[in-house]
Amino acid sequence: MKIDEAVKKIKDRFGNKVLKVYKHSEKRAYVDIDHDDIVPVMTYVFKDLSFRFNIASGVDTFEGIEILYHFAHDPSGIVISIRVLLKDKNDPHIDTVTTVTKSAWWIEREIHELFGVEFNGNKDLRPLLLSDDWPKGVYPLRKDFVPPKRDSRKT
Amino acid sequence: MGFREKILTKSINVFHLSSGSCNNCDIEIIDCLTPRYDIERFGIVIVGSIKHADVLLCTGSANRQTIPIIKRLYAQMPKPGFVVVFGACGASRGMFKDSYNTGQPLDEIMPVDAYIPGCPPKPEAIIGAIVKLITKINKR
Amino acid sequence: MSHKATIPIGPYHPLQEEPEFYKLVVDGEKVVDVDVRIGYNHRGIEKLSESKNFDQSIFLVERICGICSSSHPIACVQAIEEIAGIEVPERALYIRTITQELERLHSHLLWVGLAGHFLGYNTVFMWGWKYREPICDIMETVTGNRQSYGMMKVGGVRRDIDKEHIPYILERLDELLPKVDMVKGAVLDDPVLHARLKGIGVLTREAAIDYSALGPTARASGYDIDVRRDHPYAAYDRLKWNVITQNEGDVFAKAVVRILEIYESVSIIRQCLDRLPGGSIDANPKDIPPGEGVGVAEAPRGEVFHYVKSDGSNSPVRHKVRAPTYMNFPTFRETVIGQTVSDATIILAAIDPCYCCTERMIAVDDHDRTVLTPQDLIRLSQEKTLKMKDRIHKVC
Repeated sequence: MKIDEAVKKIKDRFGNKVLKVYKHSEKRAYVDIDHDDIVPVMTYVFKDLSFRFNIASGVDTFEGIEILYHFAHDPSGIVISIRVLLKDKNDPHIDTVTTVTKSAWWIEREIHELFGVEFNGNKDLRPLLLSDDWPKGVYPLRKDFVPPKRDSRKT
Repeated sequence: MGFREKILTKSINVFHLSSGSCNNCDIEIIDCLTPRYDIERFGIVIVGSIKHADVLLCTGSANRQTIPIIKRLYAQMPKPGFVVVFGACGASRGMFKDSYNTGQPLDEIMPVDAYIPGCPPKPEAIIGAIVKLITKINKR
Repeated sequence: MSHKATIPIGPYHPLQEEPEFYKLVVDGEKVVDVDVRIGYNHRGIEKLSESKNFDQSIFLVERICGICSSSHPIACVQAIEEIAGIEVPERALYIRTITQELERLHSHLLWVGLAGHFLGYNTVFMWGWKYREPICDIMETVTGNRQSYGMMKVGGVRRDIDKEHIPYILERLDELLPKVDMVKGAVLDDPVLHARLKGIGVLTREAAIDYSALGPTARASGYDIDVRRDHPYAAYDRLKWNVITQNEGDVFAKAVVRILEIYESVSIIRQCLDRLPGGSIDANPKDIPPGEGVGVAEAPRGEVFHYVKSDGSNSPVRHKVRAPTYMNFPTFRETVIGQTVSDATIILAAIDPCYCCTERMIAVDDHDRTVLTPQDLIRLSQEKTLKMKDRIHKVC
C-alpha cells in the first residue's frame, strides 16, 4: 500500500474529520485530527488497515500539548503519524486507546506522568518512570519545567 | 585492623551494584569473569549478598530511586569494606549530570576508595584498578 | 486451598538487597498474576537531549543501552537526516551496516550465554562470552572501542575502515563460525533443553500483534516483521539475507531465531566488506531546518524508534526514544501467567530484556508475604534443569 493510498483511505473514511495532511516523503505522512476522534481513527488504522502501533509521543508546544500516534505498515515500509492537539494545558484530556490495543498500556502512563495528560477511561495511570516521591503537578517534559542546575560540590 | 584488611586482599569478594547504568559497565565486569580475562583465578568472586562482600563495586549514575537503596546497602556492608566506583557515570554522573532525575554523584553518598574512569573501562583497566586497590590497602 | 505468595524477580545483576523488579503473585507453583513497575534507570535522556545540540545528543543516545549501542545512534541520525533530506554517501551506509551486524552478533552471543547461565549450563555461559571476545576485538579495530562505538554522525560515520583491517576481520569471522556451530549443537540438539524450553512461555501470533511485539520475540511467534527488510535503511536493500522466523512462540523458538540470525549476520558482514565502495564517509551537513523526522533501526532486540522535532535551531525541540523492550516487556502478561515459578526467569530472559533501554524494573514488595530473591529464582530454574537431566538420562 503506497502512502498516498493509505492517506486517501483515511480521508475517505473520515471525511472532514481529517483536518490536515502533510506528506513529508514517499514513506512519511502526518495526519491531523481532532482529539475527540482518536479512538475511531486508531481503530480504523490499527484494525482495518493493519498498521502496527509504534509509539505515541507528546510535545509541549505554544498552542497546547500535541500527541503524535505513530503507526507503521511493515509490508509497505511506511509510517503515518496521527497528530492531536490538546489546547487546554491546564487540564488536557483525551480518550484512552488501550481499548483498541494493549500496546498503548505503558505509553499512556508515561505521557500522563511526564506531561500531565489525563486519559479518559484509563484506570491504571500509576507512575511508570518517576519515583513515588516525585512532587505532584510537576511534569518534567513540559517546557516550563527547568531542571535545577546545581553543582552539588558547591553546596 | 591491618590484619583483617590484609587477608581481604588475598581473595576479594565483590558485590556488584548497578545504580542506573546503561549496562556497558556491567557487561565489562561480567566479561572479567569469562575465560579471556578470568579474574576468578586471583580469588576475586562476585557475591550475591552485600553481607558477604569486601568491595562494593558501583556502576551507573545514582538517581532519585536508587540513592536511598545505595545508602542502605553501604550501611549493611561489613567493615572493613571498600567502595570502588566504576565508569564515568559512577565517578561524576558523566553526561547525565544536568538531568532532572540524577541526584548526587556517588562520592557524595558514600566514601569512595577507587575510581575506574572510562566509558566503559576496558577489562584491562579493571584489573589494573584491582592491583592499585590491593596496593593501597596493603600500604595502610 | 490457595496460598498466594508474592515473588519479586530481578535480573542477573540484582540492584539491591530487596530485589524489586516484577511482582509475581503465585498460587502454589503456578503464576496467577504479574505486575511490573519500572523507573530505576530513568536518567531523563529525552529532556537532556533538548538542551544538547544535535551532535551531542547522538552521544547521549548511545548510552541509553550498552548493547544496542549502534542501533540508537543510527535511528537518531536517520531521524535528523530525514528532517533535512540529507543523502548519506554509499561507503558510510555500508560501514553503518557492518557496525549494526557486528553489534547483533555480540548481542546474540551474550544472550546465549545468559540463557545458559539461567538454565544451569554454565559452560554455555562461558563459551558464549568467550567467543564474543573476538567480536569485541573487531569492534575495537573498526570503531575504537569495545562497547560504546561513537561511530554515527548526522550525514555519515565518523571513522573509516582501513583496507589493512579487512583481512583481520574476515579471519576472525571465519574462526567464529565453527564455534557458533558448536554452541548451536550444544543448545539446539540437547534433549534436556528441548524438554526444558519447548512449550514454555508461548506467545501466540495474535498476542504478538496486539502487544506490537518486536524483533526475535515477534519473529518466533510467526509475526514476520524485520525493519531491515520492511523499512530498509543503511545498505540492507542492496544485500541478500534471510529473515528467520519460527511459529511456536515458545522460549525454544526464540533461541532458534537468535542463533540462526548469527549466521545471517556473518553473511551480511562478509557481503559488505566484499562490496565496500570507495568515496567519502560524510555528507558534511550544515543546517537542520525546522521539521519532524522519524528514524527506525533493527536492534538485536527489535525495532528502535526515534522521533525528532526541530525548530531550525541547533537543538531538538523534542526527541522521543522508544526502545524495543518497551513493547516486548508487556507481553510478559501473556507468557508468564499460568506457567510455573521456576520457569519465570527463563521466560523473562527469552525476550532479551534490555533493562537500561526500558528503564529497569521494580516491584512493590508486600512485606507480609514470602519473598524469593533473584538468586532463589535462578537457583529454582537451574534445579529444574538438573531434575530434567536426571529424568531424561535415566530413560536414555
